[in-house]
Amino acid sequence: MGWLFDPAHWSGSTGIPVRIVEHFTYTWLTLLIAAVIAVPLGAFVGHTGRGGFLIVGLTNGLRALPTLAVLIIVVLWAGIGDVPVYTALVLLAVPPIMAGTYAGIRAVEPSIVDAARGVGMHEGGVLLQVELPNALPLVFGGFRGAALQVVSTATIAAYVGAGGLGRFVFDGLAFQEYDQMLGGAVLVAVLAVLVDLVFVGLQKLTVSPGVVGAGSGGNR
Amino acid sequence: MTWIFENWDKFLEASGVHLRLAVIPVLLGLVVAIPLGWLANRSRSASAVLMPLSNVLYTVPSLAMIVIMPVLLGSKILDEINIIVALTIYTVALLIRNIADGLHSVPGHVVAAANAMGFRPLRRFLTVELPLAVPVTIAGLRVAMVSNISMVSIGALIGLGGYGQLFIQGFQSNEDIIWAGLIGTLVLAFIGDVLLQLAGRVLTPWVRAGR
Amino acid sequence: MIEFRAVTKRFEDGTIAVDELDLTVEAGTITVFVGPSGCGKTTSLRMVNRMIDPTSGTILVDGKDVLSVDPPTLRRGIGYVIQQAGLFPHRTVLDNVATVPLLSGWDRRRARTRAAELLETVGLPAEFGKRYPAQLSGGQQQRVGVARALAADPPVLLMDEPFSAVDPIVREGLQDELLRLQAEIGKTIVFVTHDIDEALKLGDKVAVMRTGGHLAQYAKPAELLSAPANDFVANFVGKDRGYRTLTFLSADVPVHEIDAVKVGDTVTSNSWKLVVDDTRRPLGWLSPVDGSVEVTADRLIAGGSLYDGGTLRSALDAALSSPSALGVTVDAEGAVVGVVHADDVLKALAAARAAGEVPS
Repeated sequence: MGWLFDPAHWSGSTGIPVRIVEHFTYTWLTLLIAAVIAVPLGAFVGHTGRGGFLIVGLTNGLRALPTLAVLIIVVLWAGIGDVPVYTALVLLAVPPIMAGTYAGIRAVEPSIVDAARGVGMHEGGVLLQVELPNALPLVFGGFRGAALQVVSTATIAAYVGAGGLGRFVFDGLAFQEYDQMLGGAVLVAVLAVLVDLVFVGLQKLTVSPGVVGAGSGGNR
Repeated sequence: MTWIFENWDKFLEASGVHLRLAVIPVLLGLVVAIPLGWLANRSRSASAVLMPLSNVLYTVPSLAMIVIMPVLLGSKILDEINIIVALTIYTVALLIRNIADGLHSVPGHVVAAANAMGFRPLRRFLTVELPLAVPVTIAGLRVAMVSNISMVSIGALIGLGGYGQLFIQGFQSNEDIIWAGLIGTLVLAFIGDVLLQLAGRVLTPWVRAGR
Repeated sequence: MIEFRAVTKRFEDGTIAVDELDLTVEAGTITVFVGPSGCGKTTSLRMVNRMIDPTSGTILVDGKDVLSVDPPTLRRGIGYVIQQAGLFPHRTVLDNVATVPLLSGWDRRRARTRAAELLETVGLPAEFGKRYPAQLSGGQQQRVGVARALAADPPVLLMDEPFSAVDPIVREGLQDELLRLQAEIGKTIVFVTHDIDEALKLGDKVAVMRTGGHLAQYAKPAELLSAPANDFVANFVGKDRGYRTLTFLSADVPVHEIDAVKVGDTVTSNSWKLVVDDTRRPLGWLSPVDGSVEVTADRLIAGGSLYDGGTLRSALDAALSSPSALGVTVDAEGAVVGVVHADDVLKALAAARAAGEVPS
């Protein structure tokens, strides 16, 4: 663990803080882009009930898809750089968020939705004021799954030239410095747990205390 | 697609390694998770420790987990044991919750009836509660199997075998090889999933009888 | 007033849920739709606020065709209560009740004030407003559901099996509460249930529907019991309908005097004696004795149901359930007035029949 606590590694343009910021930026920007795509789609499909099997199939299929292959294929097609990395990350983050939103909305008691229409809400109101607030625990479950996936895949992305904490792992591997690999790995693990905690905190803040049930994370 | 047919022996070898690295953790994970799941279902304090712990372990990214293993196990970085233990940990983390939920879903009156007939606790667990928890456990095993099969390729990044090696070779030379590895992964995942579903059906004939 | 004119609903799979329904719900009354599952009672109700649109026919609410109003606007003017209450779990009880006023553009403070009033109206303490629905019992949730439906003071209230998910004792309390509330607010209420007892108890008029969406009979409860239109209705209202008819006849039964004694008195009689306390409330009966005996608490035999001057049914029940075959009659304070005899009840029934009060 000496590597991790050596002050020399905590400064400079390739130091630990810079890599943490890079990694974190990959994570939040990817999640933001993925959310803009996935939440409306999942909400629409959940609300109308049309095309749900597609979402379920897509998420299950994705679990089988090796992220390393996805990264490499996207990079081979689009070249090295930020755009291919973000493309691959967004590709992997969209399905869990979409599935979480979809499942959350489908899980809202039909009687509650019936009542919402019955008291005279427009369809938009039914979705935004009733279905989504009650779907939040599962929506957050989707986000947590996606966040783990992104933190994990962003690490691997260093293999195809991206920045972030994965650099330490692959540079360590190349120079046969296990200390550096280990340090990078520990930082990634800590970052993943922290990001997950952030979502747990956000969930506590935004989900109404009247709504029961909380989603747990998906796969990496 | 020609690569697969011209290099059939290499493909088969990669398949064998991949399968071994993915399936052993599923089996080990099941063996470890059954007693832990039983404990989590039985004791509130055990559950209070096991559930958050498995959440945190599940959160650790796979590459990080594999790289950290040698420190914990005293193994060499290239040893297969690293990825086997890493994937076993994920499997256990996933299955504890499934098994505990499955056991929890066994109706109280069924347990009470077994007690009334004179079952001792261990026998009751093995012959009544565990079988009734099979469907939920199989559901967890399917997720574990499929994600393990997809995660084994990460090991190639630090030099381990399996389809991941094909991805790396493909990245460096010939894109065709990537597709071979990808197809191999998906086929293995599909077969593994189908076999587990079948096992679930064979083990729980009463589920279909009730429909 | 709600009018169904030749209303038919055919679902996409071809089943006919409602077949040419013609029916008028009078303003300010409770009309109950009752029938077995699949009889179209819920579909009929849900067509009133356009949760379902009819295949053909017209529904008028206060003379206006519901199809001419867009559904959300229509629904804000019609209260709607459903079986599981359908409360919004993420909103407090108070905000649940304030939903429709807020949708209709009231400011938040006024909507909440109105919601607080309504909680009181339905018999819930004000502090329940801060709770979430999951923290209430089933019966309490239903009360909130009723309060929410009443919030914008709609003239029409639709209630779809609102009490069928709560246990029988709570259900009876909610039914009584609804009748009390209706006496106050006088809404036009359509109430759907599969429970004939509930229908007979609550309905000013009852529409019995049968599978396939046919209206079997639409009549006052007493008429359903005494003159069912056909075998289906006769079967549906049940075997003891003769007895239940008595519920709808107010009693004109002679009340006879009774010797009341107190604990500590010494009695010499070979007839039943009613034992009362100092305020003349009944304590129990003393069986006929040979010779003289002192009245002590351990000699008392528990009495039957009390008759408080209501329907013939309660008069007969008091007589039948009493160990002495004498139905104890009490006044509003619970003090003994006298006793009624079962044969007097039967004579009163015959008189009512002769006067045409009981259709036969």
